[in-house]
Amino acid sequence: MSTTTTAPPSVPPVGDARRSAFRQFLDRSDQLGIGVALVLLVVLMAIIAPYFWSVNNLLEVMRQVSAIAILAAGGTFVILTAGIDLSVGSALGVTAMVAIVLSSADAPAIVSIVGALAAGAVIGAINGVFISRFALPAFIVTLAALTFLRGFVYVGTGGTTLIPDSIGYGWIGQDSILGVPYAVVIMLVVYVVGWFVLNRTVFGRQVMAIGGNAEAARLSGIPVRRVIFLVYVISGLTAGVAGLIVASRLESAVPDLGTGYELNAIAAIVLGGTSLAGGRGSLVGTFIGAIFIAVITNGMTLLNVQSFYQQIIMGFVILLAVLIDRLRRGTAGD
Amino acid sequence: MAIENSPRPVVRLRGIVKRFAGVTVVNGVDLDLFAGQVHVLAGENGAGKSTLMKVLAGIHKPDAGTIEIDGEQRSFDVRTAKVAGIALVHQELLIAPNLSVADNLAMGREYRTGLGTLNRRRTRERAREQLARVGATFPETERAEHLSTGQQQLVEIARSIADNPKVLIFDEPSAALSAREVANLFRIVEEQRAAGTAIVYITHRMDEIEKLADVVTVLRDGKFVETLPIAEASPEAIVTRMVGRPIEALFSENRPPAGEVVLDVSDLGDGENIGPISLEVRAGEVVGMAGLVGSGRTEFARLVFGADEAKTGTVRIDGELLRSTSPMGAMRAGVALVPESRKDQGLVLGESIAQNVVMASFGSVSSAGVIRSRAVKKVTDSERTRMGIKSPRDMKVRQLSGGNQQKVLLSKWLQTNPKVLILDEPTRGVDVGAKADIYAIINAIAAKGVAVLVISSELPELLGLVDRIVVMREGRLVAAFPNVDLTEEAVMQHAFGVPSTQTSSNPILSKKALS
Ligand SMILES: Nc1ncnc2c1ncn2[C@@H]1O[C@H](COP(=O)(O)OP(=O)(O)OP(=O)(O)O)[C@@H](O)[C@H]1O
Ligand SMILES: [Mg+2]
Repeated sequence: MSTTTTAPPSVPPVGDARRSAFRQFLDRSDQLGIGVALVLLVVLMAIIAPYFWSVNNLLEVMRQVSAIAILAAGGTFVILTAGIDLSVGSALGVTAMVAIVLSSADAPAIVSIVGALAAGAVIGAINGVFISRFALPAFIVTLAALTFLRGFVYVGTGGTTLIPDSIGYGWIGQDSILGVPYAVVIMLVVYVVGWFVLNRTVFGRQVMAIGGNAEAARLSGIPVRRVIFLVYVISGLTAGVAGLIVASRLESAVPDLGTGYELNAIAAIVLGGTSLAGGRGSLVGTFIGAIFIAVITNGMTLLNVQSFYQQIIMGFVILLAVLIDRLRRGTAGD
Repeated sequence: MAIENSPRPVVRLRGIVKRFAGVTVVNGVDLDLFAGQVHVLAGENGAGKSTLMKVLAGIHKPDAGTIEIDGEQRSFDVRTAKVAGIALVHQELLIAPNLSVADNLAMGREYRTGLGTLNRRRTRERAREQLARVGATFPETERAEHLSTGQQQLVEIARSIADNPKVLIFDEPSAALSAREVANLFRIVEEQRAAGTAIVYITHRMDEIEKLADVVTVLRDGKFVETLPIAEASPEAIVTRMVGRPIEALFSENRPPAGEVVLDVSDLGDGENIGPISLEVRAGEVVGMAGLVGSGRTEFARLVFGADEAKTGTVRIDGELLRSTSPMGAMRAGVALVPESRKDQGLVLGESIAQNVVMASFGSVSSAGVIRSRAVKKVTDSERTRMGIKSPRDMKVRQLSGGNQQKVLLSKWLQTNPKVLILDEPTRGVDVGAKADIYAIINAIAAKGVAVLVISSELPELLGLVDRIVVMREGRLVAAFPNVDLTEEAVMQHAFGVPSTQTSSNPILSKKALS
């Protein structure tokens, strides 16, 4: 009795390389739908509002979205592990408040900058400890953080607008280098670094593995808790960066700074094709999603749409974009 | 007990005890594993085979007992067990579907460049080598979710043998594999044995035991029963030790003759790979559907059940046309489908046995939409008795052994009181005793006038159980026979599509599951 079973001719080979190349293309084109939508939107805007297509306006669009886009970069890491960080808007408020409070006390610029970033990291670490060590649901932990961090902003600003005599880092939010606002440069750097970490480092693979199958990751010896802790720290850090940009632009801190930003950031992430169930998505997609939101906002302003109506339209556009993406992938055979 | 001339076992387990929430699951088991030996672990569902091996692999901490590796006493977590050379191919596959094959292979032992970043070239090269070693032909860049179960398992095996482990544990590896994939698996096992690896192989299939085993250890209710050299391990001897009594008949005969046509499928197809297929099943009839893995049997069942949309053809139940293509419509008409993938499609793993049992039949345990917990308890307990599930009602299904999960799944669908019952691989991963139970249940259901369609890759099972066999190949029905004097060879020829002049006797499929 031998084990050799002659392969019957009628059965297809185990791996069909040709078909899989096409599939791989589909897999990598998670952001394709939103990318195409963005291009169409830009063309449309350029036609109906010619000023849109000017270098100045385009740079302004990018500058306006920089804070949200940076929040969304950190948030992408979190969502890829199947987590969520609802606290980033309030965290942005806290970090901006810390920078301004330090400036009010005449601290040098570098102290304000480091202070804001450190505050962001600490906030992320607190979220991370509760979620990874104590295994509390991320939704609940960060919802609680959203609330108590906002309270801190009120306490720190005394409930009013806090305006220091001068800040040494106003250039971050206001100046440009070679015509490009620093805020935009910082945003691009965040994305390049983020992309590298996600796609080229062991940590990045671990994030994707946990999002794909946490049990498999654990049994493969991946330090699941540490990785989850770290993605929240990253999210907190990006909130710190975004907070600095906002603080340096306003040169002041108001109590409701950053309110609702977390939802815009999540919208950008989801528009970019990242799955809330974890494991699927990319920073490129998130970036496109953020720009998409910015272009629509800008377009509506150029077309003099009232801000109340802007909100309504924005909500439906998000729904529509996600729906189109869903249909596209449905027909692509997923 | 050590039936080997080899001086010292690679692994020596002594008095291993493992309890979950006070329940003793492994109760003082001793086990010696020797280099170059295939050691089969046999035992009923829930006997503690997987748990014992998870203790050895560092996944569970034992509550008592010692683990010696090469004469040295060790205590383990997942990482150190790996370093010590213990690799486990899990019963439930551990694949991240969103990652490429290469990334799955590198999971937990990523290759770094000098700068500490991911070494992608090395990762892919290694992946190619590892895939070649297990005879895989798919590319390392393929996303894992696009692989068949068998291919995913090859990935897992490749990952396990990558570091040339001292001890390699296979936990029911063949349960979801096609005949050819099983042959490939056996080749890998033989190679590893020849290379001097100590192998543990858990299986419920007697033909595999006969083929691979050097020694067989039987566990029952978490206790060590006996270790037998293969020469003394006849199927009867093993079964008797597993169950604690001999099993007389796996299949029972007497069923009343079939009645009217209940399930009437005509020209059903998905417009692409499946169909058109026509098939009738009568009340009280049990029809078996044979075919290779991937021949479209599951897809056909899903079309009948409305889980996927049919592009052509009709389904009639009791002559009544099934208009809506949705599982809900099919269930209303009295169709039940017990899916093959209990983990993905069948059960809510985080819920209790009771919740799962009533999940498809809330109507019968609720009043005005409010669930009556007394009724749930009653139903669940009667199912536990009928199925022989010993685990408590409130236990999470995730914590059940594979075979008990299968029984819960079956219960869930029987609760809907179907007219047509479609079972997709109903005994996958189920022990002999439970198999006999499930066959008896199928018989009883049919005797009550239900039309039953059984999809199975185990021919002996079909030949023992059904009235009629239909064979699928490449999405079509290619043959139908009454189950009279039918041989496995005859069925296999149609499944493979090999002309009948050539004998296509398949060594894996042609052996009796239980002689
Ligand atoms: N994590 C857990 N928590 C609680 N009970 C568990 C857990 N894992 C397993 N059990 C219980 O331990 C017993 C033994 O399970 P195990 O999976 O080891 O059985 P097995 O012999 O591998 O069965 P099968 O052949 O069905 O795979 C079962 O009754 C199961 O319900
Ligand atoms: Mg098991």
